[in-house]
Amino acid sequence: MTHMTSSAAHLPEPFLAAGTSSFADFLAQLDPTLLPGGRLGTATMAPFDAADVPHGTTIVTATFPGGVVMAGDRRATAGNIIAQRDIEKVFAADDHTLVGIAGTAGIALEIVRLFQVELEHYEKMEGDSLSLEGKANRLAALLRANLGMAMQGLAVVPLFAGYDVARGYGRIFSYDVTGGRYEEHHFHAVGSGSMFARGSLKKLYRPDMNESAVVTAVVESLYDAADDDSATGGPDLYRAIYPIVAVIDANGVRMLDAATMASVVGTVVGARSLAPDGPVASLPPGTGI
Amino acid sequence: MSMPFYVSPEQLIKDKADYARKGIARGRSVIVLQYGDGILFIAENPSRALHKVSEIYDRIGFAAVGKYNEFENLRQAGVRFADMRGYSYDRSDVTARSLANAYAQTLGTVFTEAPKPYEVEIVVAEVGVDAASDQLYRLTFDGSVADEHGYVAMGGSADVMSGALSADWRADLSLAEAVKLAVRELSKAGQAGGGVERVLTAAELEVAVLDRNRPRRRFKRIVGDQLTALISP
Repeated sequence: MTHMTSSAAHLPEPFLAAGTSSFADFLAQLDPTLLPGGRLGTATMAPFDAADVPHGTTIVTATFPGGVVMAGDRRATAGNIIAQRDIEKVFAADDHTLVGIAGTAGIALEIVRLFQVELEHYEKMEGDSLSLEGKANRLAALLRANLGMAMQGLAVVPLFAGYDVARGYGRIFSYDVTGGRYEEHHFHAVGSGSMFARGSLKKLYRPDMNESAVVTAVVESLYDAADDDSATGGPDLYRAIYPIVAVIDANGVRMLDAATMASVVGTVVGARSLAPDGPVASLPPGTGI
Repeated sequence: MSMPFYVSPEQLIKDKADYARKGIARGRSVIVLQYGDGILFIAENPSRALHKVSEIYDRIGFAAVGKYNEFENLRQAGVRFADMRGYSYDRSDVTARSLANAYAQTLGTVFTEAPKPYEVEIVVAEVGVDAASDQLYRLTFDGSVADEHGYVAMGGSADVMSGALSADWRADLSLAEAVKLAVRELSKAGQAGGGVERVLTAAELEVAVLDRNRPRRRFKRIVGDQLTALISP
């Protein structure tokens, strides 16, 4: 390649270099400050309370035969303040994957945006998509790059779900702040209300449920999370703010529209007006009342 | 001690240009043309893996003839340029015009400063909301840019194909009509010099569109049964 410093607007050397198909690696070469974890504070940075910046809360996901559903509540909190009541925390990462985010909202949204470009960039550079495992690993690498921020209290915890085209079923991956990647089976939840959501799903979910039953089950579990966790927002019927629910199957990603969600949420909330604690699971036969 | 020979600048530029033109003329041809719903790219290319036509960004496509490693290098740089811009600003801020300018500067610098010019000719196309806002930029090996309308033919028999296209091209061509017109011209191009008459088959063609009616990523490859149906008379 020729030496190029003379004219102003030509493509700089790194653009023309043979090399990586990863957009994040390219950014790291060109200008690391553009990466989410690239503006790591120094020792001289004034201490701050990580609770002062907005945090996203509860994301749940569950599989059904032939696909996977992901849902998130709509609340972002900064300490005891509701920072936003209609935030969206579930995104299509590409045609066959979803990513949901909990933790520091600003950095999480930036990681999602970078991850979306990362997947599309690879596809364009290589002429082919990454495998589902490959995508899950790339998300882990982006999180690992954010470890410095996480140690300062700005942690991001995503949940990743996708339809594995090669195997023909939905799969779920969870992460920790160090970039650890764990495959989950059937269902999982992250965020401040995740304990309640997971407990709820444990009693409601069955692997052979169809898509619409799983959609109802995840909405029930978010209702239970909002019931017991102040940072998780319940459905807001007056403002028509419903959980974001997305489905992936062999045909790709589909976000459920407001009319569908109004109907699902209406059913769930209507039933709760009669039984505020929600559906009841049965004990083994012969154990009394 | 040997004396370097003096070569006049005129001669040097002419030699480089002749060298690049010869390299480009050896390759198979590509046609890019506007049709009713967007922009069609169609190349004679028997390879399924080494593309001459590619997606750059939401509304932007790329087509090239000449030396594969050189235009592939430019294509990858273009994808990086577009993704970088879209990530730093917004997806709507990525334009074919800025990419064409960057390519022009790069090709121009290589042509004047490097010992060997790039043996490539490329088209950067952007599909707009209607035919009037479509953009076609043709870039040659020396960094010249031309803002084209309607159609561009590149490669060995580009002049002959352009002549025929100017007679039969219309802005409101359907996709099938546009594909048939381009295949007819590409088939003729290969038999220049009195070769046997031939008709290109689906396996010898690389076809893609920027369809203005698609959501977000407008670029789509047309392959398999859909392509066979489009080229069948």
